[in-house]
Amino acid sequence: MNSKKWEPRIVAFFCNWCTYRAADLAGISRMKYAPNVRIIRVMCTGRIDPQFILNAFSKGADGVLIGGCHPGDCHYVEGNYKALRRFRLLSRMLKDMGIEEGRLRLEWISASEGEKVQWAVNNMLEKVRGMGPLDLPDHFKEWDKEMEMVKPELSEKVVRNG
Amino acid sequence: MDDLKEEIRIGVYVCHCGTNIAGIIDVKEVSRTAAGLPGVVISRDYKYMCSYPGQAIIQEDIKEYKLTRLIVAACSPLMHEETFRNAAAKGGLNPFSFQMVNIREHGAWVNDDKEAVTMKANDLIRAAVYRIVCHKPFQRTRVDIQPSVLVVGGGIAGIQAALTIANAGKKVFLVEREPTIGGHMAKFDKTFPTLDCAACILTPKMTSVKAHPNITLWAYSEVRKVEGFVGNYKVQVGRKPRYIHEDLCVGCLKCIDSCVYEKPQFPKEFDLGLSKRKPVYIPFPQAVPQIPVIDPETCNKIKFGKCKQLCMEACNERKAIDFDQKEKIEEIEVGAIIIATGFKIFDPKRLPCYGYGIYQNIYTSIEVERLLNASGPTGGKVVLQNGKKPETVGIIHCVGSRDVLNTNSWCSRVCCLYSLKLAHLLKEHTEAKIYNFYIDIRAPGKNMEEFYNRVSKEGIHFIRGRAASVTLDDSDENMSGVVIQAEDTLIGKTLKVPVDMVVLSVGMEPQPDAKEVGRMFSIPCAENSFFLEQHPKLAPVSTMTEGIFLAGCCQGPKDIPDTVAQAGAAASEALSLIDNGYKELEPYTAYIEEDECAGCKTCIPLCPYSAISLHEEKKKAIIQETLCRGCGVCVSACPSGSIKQKLFEDREIFCEINGVLERQ
Amino acid sequence: MGKEKPKIAFYWCASCGGCDESFLDLAEDILDLVEKIDIVFWPVALDYKRKDLEALPDQSILMTMINGSLRTSEQEEMALLLRRKSKILIAYGTCAHLGGIPSLANQFEREKILEYLYKSAPSVVNKENVLPKIQYDEKGHKVTLPEFRNVVRSLDQVVDVDYYLPGCSPPPKLLKKAFSLLLSQELPSKGSVLAPDIALCYECPRIESKPKDLSIAEFKRLHHTQPAPEKCFLAQGIACIGPATRGGCEARCIQGNMPCTGCFGPTSRVRDQGAKILSALASSVKAKSEEDIDRALSGIPDPVGSFYRYGLAKSLLRVKRIESNNSVESKNNGVEK
Repeated sequence: MNSKKWEPRIVAFFCNWCTYRAADLAGISRMKYAPNVRIIRVMCTGRIDPQFILNAFSKGADGVLIGGCHPGDCHYVEGNYKALRRFRLLSRMLKDMGIEEGRLRLEWISASEGEKVQWAVNNMLEKVRGMGPLDLPDHFKEWDKEMEMVKPELSEKVVRNG
Repeated sequence: MDDLKEEIRIGVYVCHCGTNIAGIIDVKEVSRTAAGLPGVVISRDYKYMCSYPGQAIIQEDIKEYKLTRLIVAACSPLMHEETFRNAAAKGGLNPFSFQMVNIREHGAWVNDDKEAVTMKANDLIRAAVYRIVCHKPFQRTRVDIQPSVLVVGGGIAGIQAALTIANAGKKVFLVEREPTIGGHMAKFDKTFPTLDCAACILTPKMTSVKAHPNITLWAYSEVRKVEGFVGNYKVQVGRKPRYIHEDLCVGCLKCIDSCVYEKPQFPKEFDLGLSKRKPVYIPFPQAVPQIPVIDPETCNKIKFGKCKQLCMEACNERKAIDFDQKEKIEEIEVGAIIIATGFKIFDPKRLPCYGYGIYQNIYTSIEVERLLNASGPTGGKVVLQNGKKPETVGIIHCVGSRDVLNTNSWCSRVCCLYSLKLAHLLKEHTEAKIYNFYIDIRAPGKNMEEFYNRVSKEGIHFIRGRAASVTLDDSDENMSGVVIQAEDTLIGKTLKVPVDMVVLSVGMEPQPDAKEVGRMFSIPCAENSFFLEQHPKLAPVSTMTEGIFLAGCCQGPKDIPDTVAQAGAAASEALSLIDNGYKELEPYTAYIEEDECAGCKTCIPLCPYSAISLHEEKKKAIIQETLCRGCGVCVSACPSGSIKQKLFEDREIFCEINGVLERQ
Repeated sequence: MGKEKPKIAFYWCASCGGCDESFLDLAEDILDLVEKIDIVFWPVALDYKRKDLEALPDQSILMTMINGSLRTSEQEEMALLLRRKSKILIAYGTCAHLGGIPSLANQFEREKILEYLYKSAPSVVNKENVLPKIQYDEKGHKVTLPEFRNVVRSLDQVVDVDYYLPGCSPPPKLLKKAFSLLLSQELPSKGSVLAPDIALCYECPRIESKPKDLSIAEFKRLHHTQPAPEKCFLAQGIACIGPATRGGCEARCIQGNMPCTGCFGPTSRVRDQGAKILSALASSVKAKSEEDIDRALSGIPDPVGSFYRYGLAKSLLRVKRIESNNSVESKNNGVEK
């Protein structure tokens, strides 16, 4: 673990038409929220492949926030419903994999709801902070340490994982 | 393509945006950090990247440093992405070899902690550097656009849209299902709130449609098939047989006079069955086109094969009558389509508690419009079945509207005001005592509240409460009157009001075949089956399918002024599309690698635009790029990773995720 | 004998033995094969010992096929040894390729597994509560056991792998093809999976019966239904992993009226098979409200078991995260005592 005080890291996937614009609006309105979030733009929440979410967790995200248009308002008719369906099943699977509920979060935030971006990020940060670090990369490293005795050269090399 | 070893030379530009960004983010530090990232050959910071000098720096650098990729960290891409794409293009780069990083709206403006937000900027730039390596150059696809428009539906919405476009010098095809254009408006007597005569304002427009050199009017016709995409719709229109050749008929109407049926004896559709017509008829005197139609269900010759065919005789050498006429399919190509298919009037038989079709003297509002009309079945006289003038009339509002439990949840918007109008007209015609049973009076819009005030001062009674039932009046010796039972919610009392006549203010419903029509044009219906607009506020006449627009009540209940305004808007959207001659598609379209697709069909039903189909021989899915709008839902759903989305490829997003999360 | 025949070795790690047996599925072709090769090591069939292997010069084996996933230090040592001795190392079968069914154990803590297997399982009688020990003195003789690792691994998570032959177990057709390919020295690019890079549906006999507008009202569990013999499983609301699984097996399971469970792993374009099939199946659900969606998906009660049946070790998450205050170090101190 880093010597620096742990700060949660949140990766956010925001749809281009509603939540990304809401985040822009939050900026234009100078609403301050925690700097721990990194926003990745996709055209629609329907584009969010569950692989992206798992990849974010496995690369060190402590939380993943999905933001999309409210049901019925999707720019592409029903992309957000597809996102919702995946989210429901993925959340259940994550729970089964020991990743607490709340580390993956879905919020409907329309382009006018800058405040909701501020609230969602801050609220999520607070919750994730309470859960503590997820820190999968370090877990991977820890697990693979056990092979060092057999294979010293492994300790230097990150185990192939993709 | 991947195998070609392309040299990656990235230029990163960090914008100060005056002090907007530089006031909080350490732009020098950010630029220095970027310079150390793999592939970055030049990294700079500058006061205003979007300014001309800022863009000039980029363009010079592209040449000097042989840049192949460009990253600008500044404001939101929604603000300046196009600016920098153009700058890249001017410098000789492909515009999509560019990535924008939002460090203003998502960075400097939302954070106070200098160190943290500088780190955030570093992370976001690193993500862009990792991602941009995967970018592949491409060009936006352009499609040519046919300079013509199809308008489906010849009510006031379709008429208005067709005339607007035709007046702009573009070709219009107007298709109407009924034998005449005019729609519901043609049936109205007067229009609220001005009380001007509907026919007086509508029929001149109908005539202009017929006379306009740019409008091809196909009444008594239906769209059978729609193929193609924005700018290039191929449409088949079926022209149903009138059994009278439109091109030979001069509209003398002699065939009607000479028909073997001397007296009209079949229910006349235009008067909702309140009057009669012959098998050969014209819907109403000002019908456009002025051409009769023969009803195959009631014509002896067509139905039984036996008739003296006096009409043929009357038509004489014109030979316009043709009992063997068949549906004729016309094929047209248009650039845009306006759907103005209107609405259906609610059928009050679905609410037997109101006695419609059970008791006498119970009418729907549209029937009363006809009764009030001077050219209607009674010549404008409002009389009861017994021939007397009604002395009391009850008008029941919200029949088939605002009734979540039994019928429709929505407000039909026009009923309050047309009920006031009918109250006024009935009072004028009969001097009867008039009761309005209403839930709320909704009179928004210009001069509407004033109209309400005016009518309410005319001695019309208002009872606030939804009418519960209409039953026979036992106390009435003639057994012809009825009693309306309702709770007056203002005084909390149940009232029983005996009346001679009941008017049911029926609401508007989607056309019964709206879903099929929607499917034919690839436009979705909302939950309530009215067609769904692309955006309720910002794209209210556009649909999810590009080049197809909505006008009038097929999109939702509205009054005539709103319908006309919306039709104008739809026409102008269609015009702005076709007048340009070509259209650039969204750059973010999805495509399928044929060799990789297993034909599992997962993606096909997920596409909201029906852009994906199965190639029947190859058994592989194919995406029609011109229909794709780039949402990417098929990409993320493709279980074998065989669909890719330009600028949002899996690996691009994976790299972006890795980039924001990599630890410094 | 003239020219020396190429040396081939086979080895099994955490494996059911099915992969070794699958060589026999070559039937009479095995005779041709044995003509051409010299098997130098095959614990399940031939009596060579580790020291025989150690005695061979490095890189002297042309090709080694290792099946099974890896959980013990011994398996790691053997994999390393074989890697050193071989020119080409092939992960043979699903377990070596992706971790296989054994890697579903990555959902459980090592201590819990040992506790269950040696103490609390209903079939176990172990009154003295004896657990396996790494070292044990028996009358002055030191007896050792290999280390039991915290997690199950695929072969390539331990050693460098050249090629993968997928399947549980790999079908003889692919095996034959792989042998002829590798023996002919026409080597595919390193890291290749020696099976078609296209999902199973392309060769599924039921694909025609899958409607183009499929929208799934609810998922049904296989044992609650009587699957129709010729209709696409998904069209019947039964989860089939075929769309997210590499083809090449000729839809063996489907021909036996069982849905695909994904043993061939994902195509090269997919990083995480489970996430992909989850995405595809969930997207195809009809429901729109949370409650209805959950109800429709309740027919998939164990998404990890259904979507990662063969590939948990190689999935993005790899291992179930066990909440504990003192992280993994505490678990790293040997088996017991």
